[in-house]
Amino acid sequence: MKNLIRISAFLKPYTRQVILTLLTLLALTGLNLLVPRIIQSVVDLGLTAGDTAYLIRAALILLGVGLLSAVLGVWNRYLSEWVAARVGYDLRNRMYDHIQYLPFTYHDHAQSGQLISRCIEDVRAIEKFAGSSIAELVRFVFLSLGILAMMFSVNVRLALIALLPMIPLIWMTASFGTKIGKLFFDVDQAVGEVSNRLQENVTGVQVVRAFAQEEYEIKRFEAANQDVFIKWIYVIDEWAKIMPTSNWFTTLGTILILFFGGQMAIDGVLTVGTVVAFNAYILMMAEPAQALTGLVNAGGEAAAGAQRVFEILDTEPAIRSGQAALNGSTLNGAVEFKNISLKYQDERKASLSKINLQVQPNQVVALIGATGSGKTSLVNLIPRFYDVTDGALLVDGNDVRALDLTSLRRQIGIVLQTSLLFSDTIKANIAYGRPDASDAEIFAAAKAAQAHEFITGFTHGYETIVGERGVTLSGGQRQRVAIARALLMNPRILILDDSLSSVDTQTEQLIQAALDTLMEGRTTFVIAHRLSTVRRADLILVMDKGQIVEQGAHEELLAKNGLYKEIHDLQLTQSGAFVEERQNYEKIPLEKPAHENTMLVRKSNSG
Amino acid sequence: MATKIIPPAFITKAEEIYDKSYDPKVARGLLRFLKPYYGRTLGALVLMIIVTAAAVSGPYFVKLAIDNGITARNPTALRNSMLAYLAVSIVQLGFNYWRVRIMSRVGQHILYDVRTAMFAHLQKLSLSFYNRYSVGRVITRVLNDVGTLREFVTWAVLAIVRNLLGILGVVVAMLALDFKLSLLTFAVLPFMVWATLAFRKLARKNYRKVRSAISWANSVLAENVNGVRVVQAFSRQNHNYKNFSEYINRYFLETSLDAVWVASLFTPVVDVLGALATALVVYIGGTAVLGESITAGVLIAFVLYIDRFFEPIRDLSRRFDTLQSTMAGGERILELLDTPIEVQDADQAVEMSPILGAVRFENVAFHYSDDPTLVLDQINLEVQPGEVIALVGETGAGKTTIVKLLTRFHDPTAGCVRVDGVDVRTVTQRSLRRQMGMVLQDSFLFNGSVKDNILFGKLNATDAEVVAAAKAVGAHDFIVNLKNGYETSVEEGGATLSVGQRQLISFARALLADPRILILDEATSSVDTQTEHAIQKALGKLLEGRTSFVIAHRLSTITNANQIVVIDGGRIVEHGRHAELLNLRGRYYELYKTGFQE
Repeated sequence: MKNLIRISAFLKPYTRQVILTLLTLLALTGLNLLVPRIIQSVVDLGLTAGDTAYLIRAALILLGVGLLSAVLGVWNRYLSEWVAARVGYDLRNRMYDHIQYLPFTYHDHAQSGQLISRCIEDVRAIEKFAGSSIAELVRFVFLSLGILAMMFSVNVRLALIALLPMIPLIWMTASFGTKIGKLFFDVDQAVGEVSNRLQENVTGVQVVRAFAQEEYEIKRFEAANQDVFIKWIYVIDEWAKIMPTSNWFTTLGTILILFFGGQMAIDGVLTVGTVVAFNAYILMMAEPAQALTGLVNAGGEAAAGAQRVFEILDTEPAIRSGQAALNGSTLNGAVEFKNISLKYQDERKASLSKINLQVQPNQVVALIGATGSGKTSLVNLIPRFYDVTDGALLVDGNDVRALDLTSLRRQIGIVLQTSLLFSDTIKANIAYGRPDASDAEIFAAAKAAQAHEFITGFTHGYETIVGERGVTLSGGQRQRVAIARALLMNPRILILDDSLSSVDTQTEQLIQAALDTLMEGRTTFVIAHRLSTVRRADLILVMDKGQIVEQGAHEELLAKNGLYKEIHDLQLTQSGAFVEERQNYEKIPLEKPAHENTMLVRKSNSG
Repeated sequence: MATKIIPPAFITKAEEIYDKSYDPKVARGLLRFLKPYYGRTLGALVLMIIVTAAAVSGPYFVKLAIDNGITARNPTALRNSMLAYLAVSIVQLGFNYWRVRIMSRVGQHILYDVRTAMFAHLQKLSLSFYNRYSVGRVITRVLNDVGTLREFVTWAVLAIVRNLLGILGVVVAMLALDFKLSLLTFAVLPFMVWATLAFRKLARKNYRKVRSAISWANSVLAENVNGVRVVQAFSRQNHNYKNFSEYINRYFLETSLDAVWVASLFTPVVDVLGALATALVVYIGGTAVLGESITAGVLIAFVLYIDRFFEPIRDLSRRFDTLQSTMAGGERILELLDTPIEVQDADQAVEMSPILGAVRFENVAFHYSDDPTLVLDQINLEVQPGEVIALVGETGAGKTTIVKLLTRFHDPTAGCVRVDGVDVRTVTQRSLRRQMGMVLQDSFLFNGSVKDNILFGKLNATDAEVVAAAKAVGAHDFIVNLKNGYETSVEEGGATLSVGQRQLISFARALLADPRILILDEATSSVDTQTEHAIQKALGKLLEGRTSFVIAHRLSTITNANQIVVIDGGRIVEHGRHAELLNLRGRYYELYKTGFQE
């Protein structure tokens, strides 16, 4: 309820339209109330008094009332739906924008599917409620009040009798409303489980097949499916109770009116027309009273939707932009980590602790260490994807929290671990950070990232659509487009987060060569596993359990005989045999073996 | 009011395809799910006929009360007619209750059956299906499309039958009461039908646009949410917001308003026609009452019937919308259920006897059913039990496809794959795969505990076996250090564990299954050096005494293999032992050189 009231704040810009809606609704209700009175007068005056002229007049009035309420009805309905659609539009805009600014910490835990369904489904539920349901509710109130006034003004006793069945009807509807909400919640939960089972089985289909566990999975699905079935049955049983019963109470109203009203008419207290009019009023009231069931449903859905919507809108973007704009001035690229600690929301251990480090402009810093040692956490602090829990991160001597976020990020180029591209042309993807970039600039960036060649190989070249509905790029190709995208920003600080691991060795070499020139003149942070990448850095950081355990240049670190040496030796032993072997092969003069071009393919039958 | 914004073609096209009206083929397809419940459906139908008859009799009792009771000043007749009405209404109440219960239950049974059928079918569909369908699409089919079916079976079908019965009942009742007045009321009907059809056409066009708007907004949102980190890294928020609010969301708004405008016109038009009918009945019927050719009660009953005559018509037009979306949903459901299963057990498939581990590829070729380009061609391999075969080559060369043929995720388009001399197509998939183990590049873990995940390899394994498997691959140590040890729950995709830890768990899972043939598909890429070292040690244990196929980028994994197969463009280009291949100074030598260059 609280959330529904909050939604009403979104109606404010449309106060004029809302008032107009209410006015047309009022007029409509008035016209509706008139009809039974006309019929009453037809029965009492026209028929009883035998006045033909009166019949014509009544027929024309009925037609006029019908036409007028049609015109009003069109406007009323359109206006209320218009307001609802505007509210939906505003809400969706707000949600969309808000989600864009929610920090990484939020998105780390949020499920993308849910965020999307909140923007679409939940907003639609609210829209539906704001449009037709509220109008229906107001109409019910107007109509009930009008009917009560009409009935009581004609005959208090008959009015009381006629309204008697309305009391249990409304009570039943209300209790249905409270009960059904919980039952629907249960259904949603059960459906959620079915959805989970599906999601897992579709994404993990290879594993299920590989272990031949299809039957086991089908059984598990059936159990979840059975639960949905049962939860629906609970809902249905409530429906089966309320729907026929509410119908019946209306019929009971008719019966009571005819019986008692009929008695009164026989006794001469009432006219026949009055009895007929009373019956018409009860029927009129029953319709919205029954619609109330649906209304309660819609209200429940909208309230739940509103709650979820506000859950998002109320989440403060924890990372707020500072004031100091960097517009115009380019960064030098000095980065300083001052006693930094970082602890994620619901983690027990700190991901980074007591990091102290000074990076000079244009230095290349390589980070190495086991998965989960804090490498990514460390570089994510520079563009403020996360804020430090303790300490400070300084760029050119300024605390990043004081800097304007956009101008800071515009000077940082980042290639993330998983290179996500959008379903758009390759060109638009490269120009993602600078939609105004010229073609020449885009081509240059692609060339620098070793991507130009494969891009021009496509039939549509740079206009090739990639992503779900377009051409599927290989991991290495995606990675190179992502690198071009970062390079187009001409960043002062370049961050490469393990960007080369999903690329085969040949491609890696291509990219590596490109990167070497690109790192020149920029402060660069590289996360990598392979020593071949790491050893050329000006400064190597060896990370372990959230701390920098060793730092220095390649030779220095080797001399330290610590973790770096250990990793180095491990990689060497893995390739150790090779190194020896290669040295041997290098010694063999490169004369071509006799069977140079005959492949050593063993025919399967030859054993 | 028409909007100038045009959504991208892939959105509008998708909607056009599914813009279905009633389609007997789809209806027939869906009807097969109703079959087991014919008896109950028939029962509900009978109940519905009784309920409708009872409902239609209402105004007649009103007529009796007025004519025989009030006008005739006969309290007994009044009381009797009302008692009869009460009795009829109670019968209606009871029957209605049972009708709703029975029919909605049938509806839920059908939905249960459809969902289970779809899931079971999904478990059998070949993997190439999953290459074509994204996870989201599959889930939409099973949940949303079945959801529209729910609307259909629980409400629409019943409501349509009920409305038709209702109209029929009212028509009969009216004709019985007075022929002339009936014809007068029916005179409005052609206008009604015309108006309904005209509006339906308009409404359909509009709703299609609304659906386009929804799916457009959905896809744009999905991308922005999934790519939110890139959005923020490149500070694209303003640009994206402008795009969303000025195009996508604006289109959403404008199409909704168009649809609403048409819908707001419809009801009032029907109401005007209703008012016209009432006015005609009041005038002509009233005159007839004065001329004493009919009674006042008949006239009043007629006014009541007019209402009951128009209400079902109005309702029917609403139901047709549901019917339409059901047809689209139903078609998509049937499309999935009717997708042929490419890899199926042969009719006389036998159980695979315990595998020794000899594998032979005989002139194998393969292409996907929707693309005639050969992915594999002329693959010949002979593997002795216990050998380690390394598959080497660039991404997309066909390495993974080779092992997928061995596990029968696909069937070769030419040639044959034999295990212990037996063509894999002649044995049941289950008995074959039970004896094979697979560790994939992306080690997928299920929601559940670490133990559950290891158990997936052998559901009835004891705790001791699980621990032994974990110990063997070197996973035990980190597992016992987790918050709840083996009972620690793993999030979907294994988010709480590191990549290396996930990989070790999937090794334990494979080891527990004790496969005769083991397949490692790039199982050690994207792992840091220390973890890789740990995994290498585990691998030794895993490979022991089994025939193994290993795919890897890192050549260090494969130098010790019994056979190294170099694949390029779907063909075997080099084949031999490490030293032999190096001597060739060919492809392998090139790969080898770059792989370790420092």
